Amino acid sequence: MAYGTLTEICFYLFIIMIVFGALVAVTSQILMKAVMGLALAMFGTSGLYLFLNSPFLALMQILIYVGAVCIMIVFGIMVGYTPRELAAQAIKPKNTLLALLTSLLTLGVLELGLSRTQWVQAIGAGAGDFSLAALGEALMTRYGLAFELISVVLMIAMVGTVAITWNGKRRGLK
Amino acid sequence: MISCNLNTYLIIAVFMLCLGLYGMMQHRSMIGMLISIELILNGAGLNFMAFNRFLAPDPVVGQIFTLFIMGLAAAEAAIAVSLIFAVYRKYQTADPEQISDLRG
Repeated sequence: MAYGTLTEICFYLFIIMIVFGALVAVTSQILMKAVMGLALAMFGTSGLYLFLNSPFLALMQILIYVGAVCIMIVFGIMVGYTPRELAAQAIKPKNTLLALLTSLLTLGVLELGLSRTQWVQAIGAGAGDFSLAALGEALMTRYGLAFELISVVLMIAMVGTVAITWNGKRRGLK
Repeated sequence: MISCNLNTYLIIAVFMLCLGLYGMMQHRSMIGMLISIELILNGAGLNFMAFNRFLAPDPVVGQIFTLFIMGLAAAEAAIAVSLIFAVYRKYQTADPEQISDLRG
């Protein structure tokens, strides 16, 4: 009983982390604050992954999103330019209004669809093997090709990143 | 129990998608737009994991898909940050409204 209550409290805590972090990430005009909000939302999502029976994905979420992506964006902010000049310029009210309208419309349509759908479980849903061993085995056998392909994509992204920034530097020196 | 309900997760994912859309249109800087894109991708990953847990017969598929989404998000962030550097060097600004000329 007490254990169940504690889990529910943790669940609500993760949801609050996601909502608050996402709101900060989107509305803050100071970019560093926005990245911190994004990291908070990612932490909350990794907590939800724990509830979804997948501790490995929760760890990967923290490692990749918080550890790699957010840090890279922080580098982008610190090296790139001073954000305060941009933040000082007011956002056009028309822009904000249109953005609000679009997102609220999307939210409404999707929520309507969500409330009217009856989800049907597949046979044996939720009873399969959630363990890390099963995940690793599938990655090495059935999804081996996809695994190799994502490695190739990551390598191309690395080489491309170096190539893009290098080219710009050479042009700047000329 | 609210944590055993599929709709809870889906509503959170929809919320993240819509906030990301709002941020994409409202932010004045390219890095802000990149942050919003990450939020949208995160919502997509949460969706996959929720369906994987409650509806799918094989629980491995959704986890692998979410892993691939994470890998692609990391690659995309790296490319986007380097593109922002290159654009900033060329135009000396990071305001997306001023970077509007094309040249063949």
